[in-house]
Amino acid sequence: MPIGEQAGAKVWQRRTTKHQLGIWFGWLLGVALFLFCWKQISDVTTWAFFWDVPRIAGDIGGRMIPPRWSYIDKLWVPLWDTLNIATLGTAIAIVMAVPVAFLAARNTTPSATLIRPIALLIIVSSRSINSLIWALLLVSIIGPGILAGTIAIGLRSIGFVAKLLYEAIEEIDKTQVEAISATGASRWQVMAYGIMPQIAPAFAGIAVFRWDINIRESTVLGLVGAGGIGLQLSSSLNILAWPQVTLILIAILVAVVVSEWVSAKVRHAII
Amino acid sequence: MLRLEKLTKKYKTGDMALKGVDLDVPPGQVLALIGPSGAGKSTLIRCINRLVEPSSGRIELNGEDVTRLGAGGLRRARRRMGMIFQEYALVERLTVMENVLSGQLGYVGFWRSYFRRFPQEIVTEAFRLLERVGLEQFADKRADQLSGGQRQRVGIARALIQGPDLLLVDEPTASLDPKTSRQIMRLICELCAERQLAAIINIHDVVLAQMFVQRIVGLRLGEVVYDGPPDGLTPEVLTEIYGEEDWAATRDKEADETPAGHGVTEGDPLAAM
Amino acid sequence: MSDTGFDASERARQWRPPPLIASPRLRWFLGLGAALYFALAIGSLEVNWLRIYEGLDRGWAFVIAFTNPDFTTRWTDIREGLIESLVMTVTSTAIGIAISVPIAFGAARNIAPLPVYLFCRAIIAVSRSLQEIIIAIFFVAIFGFGPLAGVITLSFATIGFLAKLLAEDIEDIDKGQAEAVRASGARWLQLMNYGVQPQVMPRLIGLSLYRLDINFRESAVVGLVGAGGIGATLNTAFDRYEFDTAAAILISIIVIVMIAEYSSGLIRARVQ
Repeated sequence: MPIGEQAGAKVWQRRTTKHQLGIWFGWLLGVALFLFCWKQISDVTTWAFFWDVPRIAGDIGGRMIPPRWSYIDKLWVPLWDTLNIATLGTAIAIVMAVPVAFLAARNTTPSATLIRPIALLIIVSSRSINSLIWALLLVSIIGPGILAGTIAIGLRSIGFVAKLLYEAIEEIDKTQVEAISATGASRWQVMAYGIMPQIAPAFAGIAVFRWDINIRESTVLGLVGAGGIGLQLSSSLNILAWPQVTLILIAILVAVVVSEWVSAKVRHAII
Repeated sequence: MLRLEKLTKKYKTGDMALKGVDLDVPPGQVLALIGPSGAGKSTLIRCINRLVEPSSGRIELNGEDVTRLGAGGLRRARRRMGMIFQEYALVERLTVMENVLSGQLGYVGFWRSYFRRFPQEIVTEAFRLLERVGLEQFADKRADQLSGGQRQRVGIARALIQGPDLLLVDEPTASLDPKTSRQIMRLICELCAERQLAAIINIHDVVLAQMFVQRIVGLRLGEVVYDGPPDGLTPEVLTEIYGEEDWAATRDKEADETPAGHGVTEGDPLAAM
Repeated sequence: MSDTGFDASERARQWRPPPLIASPRLRWFLGLGAALYFALAIGSLEVNWLRIYEGLDRGWAFVIAFTNPDFTTRWTDIREGLIESLVMTVTSTAIGIAISVPIAFGAARNIAPLPVYLFCRAIIAVSRSLQEIIIAIFFVAIFGFGPLAGVITLSFATIGFLAKLLAEDIEDIDKGQAEAVRASGARWLQLMNYGVQPQVMPRLIGLSLYRLDINFRESAVVGLVGAGGIGATLNTAFDRYEFDTAAAILISIIVIVMIAEYSSGLIRARVQ
């Protein structure tokens, strides 16, 4: 905070002129970047259609109401599949993520120079790629179906679970681990007695949290053929059966709300 | 029984925590290690069971050089050394019983310990120890539900169930109130006498140390500057260990406040301070 | 101790760790229920072993492709797709932040009146409850194919994320600081500027950077339903079984996400 002098009085400015100019310049760059990007998008957009938007939106909205309630009979099995994709996918992810997390945490990795970067690469690869893309890949490898969806959810969740878990491992109380090592316990015993009890609550919380997210994600995997209620959504959209689409969306919303409620309850019970 | 020869520890930061410490602890002797913060007390204790890796020197336990042991040998050596920590270092989410039994991990195989199937005589011994430290009805409480003094008792039981020859005790009373501090110190010293255990007790409270042990080792900047009986701690010696301070004034004040005939080595209210 | 002595020795004969769930009935019920569920769920997988066996070759081809990605054959498609994704990311994040901030203030119970609060919370709930891809389908239907639909989708999704977390942060601010500013006679806007903004600014920057990262990842997905970005190119590559091109695209996405995470970490460390 520079204090200058002008005509005998002390002048206070929040920032130096240079700092202030830097901030203005930063804003200028940001706005220029935004305008440039916006222009790119505007160039490939046919704005003439844009003025039709309210009419089209109204049209679709009109067709969607009322929902076709009788269609619910065909949704029970897909909903069951969706639940299974999310749950089994989460289970796969947990089994795979635990070792990865232990290899990635600074205080438990066997080698910080060799193995830790590999574990971190696994985590970032799994996290960078959306479950829909994993599903796309798996559908093209092992064919459409629930299995592809389950594995896709599993692969996407490894990174998420492993990241949160290794952060939890890095935050544990070191003296408890020291105390167990001081008894002459082996490496595995130190893990079972010194580390596992400390991360158990975080671990359970992460698992339930991810399960909740996975319910959401598995509702749309069907769009690329990987099973679940998304298949019905996709086929209804293809034949423009808007009343069915409405019902499916309602079913998805209910599933999401219920899973969020369950996950909140379970996490509350753990902590 | 325990012999340290020229033990040094240099940290990666370049700090010389220990500069060639020689120490000889005969079986059954309890000694207190005093010195200012940063003198290397904690490092010394942790070097003995190699929670901290010493840089050079020898550590001889029952004629065996601990510094040369591989992973398996080190585990067997650690079984002979029980450790008690300042912040208790109990695994807080395990029960009291599990914490006590964890002292036996060095003797029990992984799966056995994983499923908590400890040999019956160990469980019996654990109950006996809990009774001895006065916590028999807390066996199935979780460790984080106990008070500080109770936790330290669990820590003591955990160290004793190892059946050690030597106790390494790191500031056992630093997190406790004055009364509990004394009870804990008394308990440790009684148990050592009962079982003929040697012990090295790190402690910053000089008066408390003088109350309970027969031998005091003063450490300053990684070097032993005093080794002798408690009443040899004259103001000059304390100055040597801790640096300049009006030690006599403290003592006079102490003498004023305690009834005549009580020496410094006896218990007095200032020990608590 | 004589009367408890027998008791203690009796107990000493057996010790088991206390079970996680105290009631044995509930324990068995939950255990059996979980086992039954997993049996049913795994049974419903309908594994087509023949198809998987055939797929193994393709899976292996994909793994090989990862070690030898092909950036050149479809380089123009990849480059245009990536640039479009980045452009969509920047635009939608900027628009999303601009809309989210006022909504976040409106959705913070400690500064907004109840009607405004409910209205803003409703917007957040709607935005959060639907997957990006479903919203994208609708916006494509309404706005037509192309990146505009994608930008609107991602902006809309940003609101639910950013406004919710920012509102929670505003609700958690230190009341003392805001009170001190109010005590000096500040107006509402001055109060926001002096009492609230400095406290939530680091969090806003952190969340925005995080959302930038998420929006990039999502921009790769909305392309699957025709809302622009790299997703369309990726979809084509998979449809044609061009695994080496697909691997090249996936590697590009991973690298960009890594760069984004690394630089946002640097920026966040400077701001906080």
